[in-house]
Amino acid sequence: MCGIIGVIDRTKARMDGSSIKRALSLMNERGSGEGAGYVAYGIYPDYPDCYAIHVFFDNLIEPKSKVDEVLQKWGRIVHQEEIPTYEQPGLKKEHIPWRYFYKPYTDFIVGSNNPAEDIVKQLVMTVNSTIPGALIFSSGINLGVFKAAGWPEDVADFYRIEDYKGYIWLAHNRYPTNTPGWWGGAHPFNLLDWAVVHNGEITSYGTNKRYVESNGYKCTMFTDTEVVAYLFDLLGRRHGLPSEMVVEALAPHFWDEIDRMPEKEQKLQRTLRLTYGPALMNGPFAIVVATSKGIVGFTDRIKLRPLVVGENGSRLYISSEEAAIRVMDPEVNAIYMPRAGEPVVGRVVQ
Amino acid sequence: METMAIDAKGMHYTPLNRMIREAVASGVKEIVIDNVLGQRFIANGLRGDVRITINGVPGGDLGMFMSGPECIVRGDCEHAPGNTMDNGTIVIHGSAGDAVAHSMRGGKVFVRGNIGYRGGIHMKEYSQKRPVLAIGGTSHAFLGEYMAGGIILVLGIGHETALEDRGIGSGIHGGEIIIRGDVEDRLLGVGARKVRFTEDDQKRLSPLIKEFCERIEVDPAPFMDTNYTRIVPASSRPFAGKYTWE
Repeated sequence: MCGIIGVIDRTKARMDGSSIKRALSLMNERGSGEGAGYVAYGIYPDYPDCYAIHVFFDNLIEPKSKVDEVLQKWGRIVHQEEIPTYEQPGLKKEHIPWRYFYKPYTDFIVGSNNPAEDIVKQLVMTVNSTIPGALIFSSGINLGVFKAAGWPEDVADFYRIEDYKGYIWLAHNRYPTNTPGWWGGAHPFNLLDWAVVHNGEITSYGTNKRYVESNGYKCTMFTDTEVVAYLFDLLGRRHGLPSEMVVEALAPHFWDEIDRMPEKEQKLQRTLRLTYGPALMNGPFAIVVATSKGIVGFTDRIKLRPLVVGENGSRLYISSEEAAIRVMDPEVNAIYMPRAGEPVVGRVVQ
Repeated sequence: METMAIDAKGMHYTPLNRMIREAVASGVKEIVIDNVLGQRFIANGLRGDVRITINGVPGGDLGMFMSGPECIVRGDCEHAPGNTMDNGTIVIHGSAGDAVAHSMRGGKVFVRGNIGYRGGIHMKEYSQKRPVLAIGGTSHAFLGEYMAGGIILVLGIGHETALEDRGIGSGIHGGEIIIRGDVEDRLLGVGARKVRFTEDDQKRLSPLIKEFCERIEVDPAPFMDTNYTRIVPASSRPFAGKYTWE
């Protein structure tokens, strides 16, 4: 199961986290109290050009000194602090959430179109695969993931997400099926500007994992959704594909549908399928992906997981359940179900 | 007639269902529930002679295993209203999510708007029990998937073509799917076969079409003709030989 919900205000008007907490809690039946999380874009306007690096530390001695060392080697820590948390009776604090505001030294590497992003991506992979007791779970500019093993309202209250204001929010309520629930396995999954929430299973995980790992990513979170964030980073950021095309590569049209397309479109779709065969995702899934520029929601091609869309003026909502959207926005005026595999896009209006 | 009003604002489904059950046990025949939003399992396993009006959007599995009551929803529904329903009626005046009438074995589910994917999946019939799923608007893919019995009717009101999604009757081995107008061959699922909608079919189904139109407050007159497509199983065992060999 799992419950997902995302919202964007296209005019970048910021919303606090209280309403998405209510929406996610309405879908408690979709979770098991073993993982919930939120991501918000636009929450750190005081650090507009710093990477906000959120880390789970098991303690603040060995793992933290090692992370400090590797961060200082590659850039400058502008500010750092423990992420404020508030004890909840139903949630056991198993890690210490910490945040760094960080500027990488971009003249340290060559051959990169975006050295800052490549350095941060490399730091995430290095820390998560080599420093025991430290896990970077959020690494974008002016955005942050807040997650833990617990029920949606407990996790929200633990971080007091109503104290954060963002123009995009994604939230996830986890029902772990294939791997145990733990803090790092809660959604959203984030790398740089990409954040992902997912309901379902990626049964092609093995193939997809080999593909991203051969492109310099390391899967360290013991769950399938992580690979979706890396696929979006690889295809969307490094290969420069627009979001709709990334969705077409990950959840391509059926061959018989491609056969009926105009010739030019057929050629594009065939090329996408051949080029990105190992990126194709199989299994049941409903996914919402965010970047600072917008959100995109889509399901697997035969629609084995629910996804509903709602609109109200500048706001676009994508959710597992209609009632969750109506809890967030009782005035929502257009509710519809997108076709399987068809991306639903909400973009920031510049 | 005994009536009862419930304000479900912010209420969990467990106390809500307890109230409904207690009311029916004490002889209440008419229940009106206001401010419903996301409460699952309303009227689950409920038996008896009662009409429940639901104002709002009930959560998933409305009327699951229900046997006898009538639920009228003034709003949309989430997934699987009428799941394994045994008897009674659900009338939805909005649209509904995926797997509507999932494994239904008796009674009627009427939807005025559209439904999501896999409507009527594995509906079945036995003896006098013949479930009906009727849809005023359109349906997404895999309508009547693995269908084993019963009737699915799609009128396509407000749509140029009643059905445009693939996989209709995929794996169907019993029952029938009646769709307004023509259906493209490529939309048929494995094991589904298109046959002509005859005048006998019209005679047989016109009481149902009329009843459905009246319940969703639409004039039945324009639908009283033979302009339908009937989809039936190509065989009673569409996947014979797929997993085992004889």
